Amino acid sequence: MAEEAFEPKIVGFLCRWCSYTGADLAGTSRIQYPANLAGIRVMCSGRVDPTFVVKALNDGADGVLIAGCHPGDCHYSEGNYKAMRRYPMLMNLLEQFGVERERVRLEWISASEGERFAEVVREFTEQIRSLGPLNWQENVAACCEAI
Amino acid sequence: MVSLTIDDKAVEVEDGATLLDAAEKLGIQIPTLCHHKALMPYGACRLCLVELQGSRGSWLEASCTYPAQEGLVVRTDTERVLRTRRMMAELLLARCPEVQAVRDIAAEMGVTQTRFPKKNEDCVLCGLCVRVCRERMGPSIVNMIHRGAGRKVGVPFDRHSETCMACGACEVVCPANCVDLSDVTDRVPQPIPLAFDEGLSNRSSIYVPFAQAVPNVPVIDADTCVHMRTGECGACQAFCEADAIDYEQEDRIEEIDVGAIIVATGFKLFDSARIKRYGYGRYDNVIHSLEFERLSHASGPTGGEVVTKDGRKPQAVAILHCIGSRDEDHHEYCSRVCCMYSLKFAHLVREKTDAEVYNLYIDIRAFGKGYEEFYKRVLGEGVHFIRGKCAEVTDVAETPEEAGKLIAIAEDTLLGITRRLPVDMVILSGGLEPAEGSEELGRKVGLNCSQGGFFLEKHPKLAPVDSMSDGIFLAGACQGPKDIPDSVAQGAAAAAGALSLIDKGKVVLEPITAQIDEERCAGCQLCIPNCPYAAIDYDEVKKVSVVTEELCKGCGTCVAGCPSGAAHQKNFEDEQIFSEIEGILVGA
Repeated sequence: MAEEAFEPKIVGFLCRWCSYTGADLAGTSRIQYPANLAGIRVMCSGRVDPTFVVKALNDGADGVLIAGCHPGDCHYSEGNYKAMRRYPMLMNLLEQFGVERERVRLEWISASEGERFAEVVREFTEQIRSLGPLNWQENVAACCEAI
Repeated sequence: MVSLTIDDKAVEVEDGATLLDAAEKLGIQIPTLCHHKALMPYGACRLCLVELQGSRGSWLEASCTYPAQEGLVVRTDTERVLRTRRMMAELLLARCPEVQAVRDIAAEMGVTQTRFPKKNEDCVLCGLCVRVCRERMGPSIVNMIHRGAGRKVGVPFDRHSETCMACGACEVVCPANCVDLSDVTDRVPQPIPLAFDEGLSNRSSIYVPFAQAVPNVPVIDADTCVHMRTGECGACQAFCEADAIDYEQEDRIEEIDVGAIIVATGFKLFDSARIKRYGYGRYDNVIHSLEFERLSHASGPTGGEVVTKDGRKPQAVAILHCIGSRDEDHHEYCSRVCCMYSLKFAHLVREKTDAEVYNLYIDIRAFGKGYEEFYKRVLGEGVHFIRGKCAEVTDVAETPEEAGKLIAIAEDTLLGITRRLPVDMVILSGGLEPAEGSEELGRKVGLNCSQGGFFLEKHPKLAPVDSMSDGIFLAGACQGPKDIPDSVAQGAAAAAGALSLIDKGKVVLEPITAQIDEERCAGCQLCIPNCPYAAIDYDEVKKVSVVTEELCKGCGTCVAGCPSGAAHQKNFEDEQIFSEIEGILVGA
């Protein structure tokens, strides 16, 4: 009985001004990239509450990508700096849950970087594939209940 | 007020005015040599003699010192007056036959010869230097010494003065140009370079910055002005007939409420000293583009003559394109204007001199209206175009022809050889950078910077004069290197944008603003520093934070940072995003 190849499920939080537009550009440029990532548009990477990431992982995502404008170029001046500050705190938390750091990525992708967006998604997908499924419910939620 | 008559014309002057003042008011010319508007009258030269007529007869007085009195009858045109003045001129001419100022005044009176035995002094003993140093500058360094025939201007004990501040007023005020500051003091005057002439010429402490300055009035440089520093002088105020000089003016900060801001802070030229191999700062005759602009301009320090530092006409000039631009070590971008101004320089050099001109270029960017045609014209003027960026400028000659020249070394890529071009002048066509202080201004106003540090526009094609923030517009070279026609067009566009914004009377907001639930807010104020727009305030009375929705741009950063979930963003609520996550993952 052949096992189905593991297809990572990745949720992306993309900021409207830079990374979402960059992803859009990848699309209009017909750049092929894996369909493993589904994007959610927010106005700014600063809107990304760490609970979104936890919720996504809890609901079955194997990886989460947070993408915003390059530092200094945030459409709202500083939102991406706030995302940059929240990220290490989130990673510390997830590490304590036993989630590999590589599963949640913070990337800076500008509106003109369509090819780069595709490249990031390709690379990230392969990385998650090699990490394997997260199985949050079995691994993480279960031990929280045990505690 | 005092009324008197001069040459049968009635005149009224203030109490304390002199006959010379009264004559001036009537427009009657009286020759003077030792008189100065900013100094007390001295009566040394006796050229200003006039005749007073009274009941006792008539007598001569020096009009510069004699006070106007009620009912005086004065004549400046009698034979006696003219004869006596001519005698004074002859006496002066006898003492100083070679001094141009004396010869000019004498000539005006028709005196060219003198019957008296001639000496050959250069000092007229007018006392102007002594008086300006004592009355205006204060220290009284130069004085009259000795008496009678031996009277002369000197310094105490014939020793160089320690207290002289080398202001140079004595030199400036001398009509005979015979005061030499190096006889007075060891101190060397520090010339004040005129910034507009790129330091190629000097200015005084009171100066008009440049001919097109707005407002077009002089300004006093408080760092060098003697009055501002010591309380002395004040000569400019004495000269000003409009009484427009106010030494008490202070810097002040004005707060103005506006509905739109247009940032048009321009550019600064790339500092050519950063590229050592071109020798800027080392070789006198390696100059940058703005220096050449002033050199070649009719209103500049040489009146438009293109000459080397030692005043010679150059036989050959090299113009180096792309200094600091299209350069991985400095700026990768093209500065857009330099090719065209380099062509202009080549054209000007050919027009004003017979010099050979070499333009060392990478590409010729002649993109605008009439630009290509101008390039063709310059080609036809015999300018040599060498495709190859200049590698080095050196003064080390390898052949006798190169001696005393600057040699520009470049690879001619079209010929495939290296060339050594011996020239007399090298012009560095520097690129454009954002103006000094742009980064700081950008932070204050809320502007992002893009490549090169120029301000970032909202959209490179569709909104080149808008910034990311509503109400703040960009125009000109601050947004990116560009030339005058493009800057003017952007200025008009930005003005139109600003006008259409403030003219509407209302502002349209996106419905994605943040709000804070008063009930849930704990007053931790963590949201306040999160907001890039300072749109959140703390209400001291209710002890909660409140969003001013008109200022909120809807980034949601405060929402993500709120520990109690009191802050929420319309149309980007947490619940909405959770639904999106579930939509992707659950049941997928």
